Amino acid sequence: MARIIVVTSGKGGVGKTTTSAAIAMGLAKRGHKTAVIDFDVGLRNLDLIMGCERRVVYDFVNVINEEATLNQALIRDKNCNLLYILPASQTRDKDALSQEGVGRVLDELKKDFKYIVCDSPAGIEKGAHLAMYFADDAFVVTNPEVSSVRDSDRMLGLLASKSRRAEQNEEPINEFLLLTRYSPDRVKLGEMLSVDDVQDILSLHLLGVIPESKSVLNASNSGTPVILDEKSDAGQAYADIVARYLGEDRPHRFIEDKKGFFRKLFGG
Amino acid sequence: MLTDASNTPFALEFKSASFSVPVLVLTTDDMDVIEQKLQEKVRKAPEFFKHSPLILDLQEANNQGCLIDLFELVGIIRKVGLFPIGIRGGNAQQNKQALELQLPTHSISSRDAPPLDEKKQDTASQEPEVNTHASSNIAVAATTLITYPIRSGQRIYAKGDLVVLTQVSAGAEIIAEGNIHVYNSLRGRALAGVQGDVEARIFCFDLQAELISIAGNYKISEDLGDSVKGKAVQIYLQDQALIIKDIELHH
Ligand SMILES: Nc1ncnc2c1ncn2[C@@H]1O[C@H](COP(=O)(O)OP(=O)(O)OP(=O)(O)O)[C@@H](O)[C@H]1O
Ligand SMILES: [Mg+2]
Repeated sequence: MARIIVVTSGKGGVGKTTTSAAIAMGLAKRGHKTAVIDFDVGLRNLDLIMGCERRVVYDFVNVINEEATLNQALIRDKNCNLLYILPASQTRDKDALSQEGVGRVLDELKKDFKYIVCDSPAGIEKGAHLAMYFADDAFVVTNPEVSSVRDSDRMLGLLASKSRRAEQNEEPINEFLLLTRYSPDRVKLGEMLSVDDVQDILSLHLLGVIPESKSVLNASNSGTPVILDEKSDAGQAYADIVARYLGEDRPHRFIEDKKGFFRKLFGG
Repeated sequence: MLTDASNTPFALEFKSASFSVPVLVLTTDDMDVIEQKLQEKVRKAPEFFKHSPLILDLQEANNQGCLIDLFELVGIIRKVGLFPIGIRGGNAQQNKQALELQLPTHSISSRDAPPLDEKKQDTASQEPEVNTHASSNIAVAATTLITYPIRSGQRIYAKGDLVVLTQVSAGAEIIAEGNIHVYNSLRGRALAGVQGDVEARIFCFDLQAELISIAGNYKISEDLGDSVKGKAVQIYLQDQALIIKDIELHH
């Protein structure tokens, strides 16, 4: 059975698109045919992060309006032939998306793909609503600061009440916490919430922590999802997240800063 | 041709009205137990129960696989002095028996209380509109149970008591006409006794609320002393003042 994953947050700029690109690539690399959809109509970021911006002919809105077929609009990733990107339109606004149209496209994708990753726009308005409405699993991307945590909480409320699963009284969406841009040093200085603080407020299953990392910017400049940078901390953190999502047991890394870890180890 | 009756200007008229009727939710088919429990209840509040109409809710019992014989049940209920006026949630057999007893069958409306562990969103309102005061004494479904976290932006309204097993986030609001129990962190707003019940109380395991209110008397987060923050407390009204008191938890 295909699964629809929404990557959502409420708050903007927390790392949804970075995460969508990374986990879609991660799932595909592990042998699962995966599509990633940019719901951020009007902005179009995902294709840049995926490095396919110059190959966009048709987009999500064209498919919804039946101006193009899904096969015409899907772009095969240059690094992995099990990964396809459905880009957002840059020339329309979010009103171009309709629930019926989105549902139709997702149904069609479900026939052919194992995972469908929906990169949600910020906010809780129409675009974000449609991105999460049909989801089976939600990756709630949160930064370790109060306003981001609050917005994630709000989004969790909407997942639990305004999604298709909620409306039809089905099993609720599986919700996972992804804490991104985490910096143990700044936690220690009291400038950021700790993993425990966030867990305490959200009471949510922690799928993983992604450290604040220069590798993310490098990856987006070169148009390759950071998960392909296997040496980088953020790349490894995303690989762990994909593995945990697929049911593997992996210890959490990147929560302690390395110095702290060594100090603990050697008692110094 | 017109008959005589149609010339009579005002013989009768149908009007629509709604009533509050207690609903008796059954969870056993042991008639001895039912009779004994009912007698206990009636003894405790004889005025409330005297000749009280009653709707029999069989859904829960049927879900649990209990086999309730309606003839027998109605016999017992009449014996203790109550007047059954209908059933709901019955199976085919019970509905047939109801027909023979000339009791109407009512549907379970969507406004009803959810099954106990069911997820409930924006409003969790409770249908059986019994007198709130008596509701704490009798076996009607007057409690709303919430087992999913109440997140920022969500609002829960309970006609009776509200029991929350999960956290109530900052930015969420829980409202009850009766008491509120939160067996977890209360970070949002909690308003008990909102229809004016000054006897209502709020109980919580970890008080971090943005606002607490009983029958319109409220305190905001700023007014909660540090001595009670993060504690297990009960909150009640005394001479129109909110009293916040530690609850000793024995582990
Ligand atoms: N782990 C990280 N370390 C460092 N920078 C990061 C990390 N994750 C994301 N960023 C940076 O944060 C910015 C926002 O990231 P991204 O576009 O993925 O967020 P978004 O949630 O999709 O934003 P929007 O709400 O605008 O869609 C980008 O500049 C990205 O490079
Ligand atoms: Mg984005």
